[in-house]
Amino acid sequence: MPEVLKAPLVVEFPFTRSLGPVQSAFLTGLRERVVLGVHTGDGRTLVPPVEYDPVTAEEIRDLVEIAPTGTVTTWAWNHAPRRGQPLDTPFAWALVRLDGADTALLHALDAPGPEAVHTGMRVRVRWAEQRTGAITDIACFEPYDGEDAQPTGHTGEFEDPVTGIVAHARLDYSYSPGRAQSAYIRALSDRRTVGERCPSCRKVYVPPRGACPTCGIATGEQVEVGPRGTVTTFCIVNIKAKNLDIEVPYVYAHIALDGAGLALHGRIGGIPYDQVRMGLRVEPVWTEDSRYPDHYRPTGEPDADYDTYKELL
Amino acid sequence: MTRDIAVVAFAQTDHRRTSDELSEVEMLMPVLHEVLDRTGLKTADIGFTCSGSSDYLAGRAFSFTLALDGVGAWPPISESHVEMDGAWALYEAWTKLLTGEADTALVYAYGKSSPGSVRDVLTRQLDPYYVAPLWPDSVALAALQAQALIDAGETDEPALAAVAARSRAAAEDNPHAQLRGPVPHGEYVVRPLRTGDCPPIGDGAAAVILAAGERARELCARPAWIRGIDHRIEAHGLGVRDLTDSPSTRLAAERAGAFERPVDTAELHAPFTAQEVVLRKALRFDDTVSVNPSGGALAAHPIMAAGLIRIGEAAARIHRGESDRALAHATSGPCLQQNLVAVLEGDPR
Repeated sequence: MPEVLKAPLVVEFPFTRSLGPVQSAFLTGLRERVVLGVHTGDGRTLVPPVEYDPVTAEEIRDLVEIAPTGTVTTWAWNHAPRRGQPLDTPFAWALVRLDGADTALLHALDAPGPEAVHTGMRVRVRWAEQRTGAITDIACFEPYDGEDAQPTGHTGEFEDPVTGIVAHARLDYSYSPGRAQSAYIRALSDRRTVGERCPSCRKVYVPPRGACPTCGIATGEQVEVGPRGTVTTFCIVNIKAKNLDIEVPYVYAHIALDGAGLALHGRIGGIPYDQVRMGLRVEPVWTEDSRYPDHYRPTGEPDADYDTYKELL
Repeated sequence: MTRDIAVVAFAQTDHRRTSDELSEVEMLMPVLHEVLDRTGLKTADIGFTCSGSSDYLAGRAFSFTLALDGVGAWPPISESHVEMDGAWALYEAWTKLLTGEADTALVYAYGKSSPGSVRDVLTRQLDPYYVAPLWPDSVALAALQAQALIDAGETDEPALAAVAARSRAAAEDNPHAQLRGPVPHGEYVVRPLRTGDCPPIGDGAAAVILAAGERARELCARPAWIRGIDHRIEAHGLGVRDLTDSPSTRLAAERAGAFERPVDTAELHAPFTAQEVVLRKALRFDDTVSVNPSGGALAAHPIMAAGLIRIGEAAARIHRGESDRALAHATSGPCLQQNLVAVLEGDPR
């Protein structure tokens, strides 16, 4: 079996999220070094605050200021911090019940080692120097053995409230396309197009994914198709895509390669866009060092008869 | 409830650390064929198909639609998907069969954790405002729960090591397990959890077939009747919950009828050793219950399939006559946030 193909795949998004009134007040408060909680109907104070009572589901927005000092309710020692976590030196994850709150907030606790941390220990907020209105405005917690801090009597009203956050997310993968698609990609490096035939319905799938979606069984028999094919249907693209170096209008088509049981997608070039038609015979055009055909161009053959490709539309 | 519904067949892959040579559908397809073969059914005979998986594991959108190639979706089938463990797909299928709109259902689930970093991937299911920006990984959150239990005096590190050892010893008899036999308890990953307290990271798939009433008896010599099934969720804020208890599991079990009579077997979805301690308490188990005879999630943990496998393993024991009344549990989310409990019974012998 040939070596399996693998390539890095990075999925990265800047999620833009809007905030409700309670989240907005809480995160704006962090920007201003003020911690806010919210009262529930049964008299508890939730920190971090939420907009709906976790017991009754009633909307709540009765904000109250909370002290930046508190007590660790549970913790876990993280000796190998990972990307994106609050500290890049070993730290404790901790749930901290701030003074005046009935629930605990999750954050990092900066301590020299696990022996310096215990449930019940006193801690206080260490503020980030640059604060934007995000949970990371709390840089971390730190051990604290001074007097309890007192709230300043803040009302929870701010002049310039934060109304949204941008939550960056990045995940790294090592993508492997599996047996069938690996074979397809390998063949492309020799400028050949290889599909797989279903042992039951005899259809040839290009690109192959290893299964016949009609019969639900594995495909395995490799079949070389093309290089020539027939345009089965097409559309004219009039809007230029971002970062795409192709002049509009251009034609994007379904192309049934000779011997294939279904059509694949490709751009049509070498012919004015308004002369592309169903049944047009085309062949791939490879550019230097390309890993797949850049586009397909007319072969000059007579158009294919409709009956030869009508099942492939 | 007007119809009796049973699990009539179960199949799973051998769970492995990586399966680079297989796409998701290539990994899943043999399991689909096996479960159909066990009943003699063909895709066209299945009334409803439902699956569980996660795009975040694959790192690509709508990855489940590609897996449908392995089902054979032409002519058109009645199909649905949950972005959750397959146990919840089974719940949806069970509901569909209850309505009488279908008599049989195919439920499958799969997950390939190997392409990405599952500890990081799972942070994306957390509260996006207050928690996810801190990137607390799945082991860290489980470790907070373990420490809470230790502080409460409900377990200690040797007891957790014993849970791991028992699970992996039980997995000696499970040819599909990824980790079996003596496995070193290992170094701390996030203290107090060591490598041995954590599930293996791996790839795998599972499938079951459900059938209603007489159809179940035709398809299986000893159907595993679902006597009750229920799922419950707790507040997403970890600091709002008592991490040493699982009231959602207890409530789901009560509504599923688990406490009406004792069960002889339980398949618990406890990916971390400390979570088994929480679940045993929530389910009021004594030593008469055989817990995770398959080895459980500590022996194989294909994410999105591990909960469905608990139901499948419990049902398979009933099929084989090794259990008469079994409880199956599945979980989702950090620190046992969401819990599903099913009670399965065989016909009296």
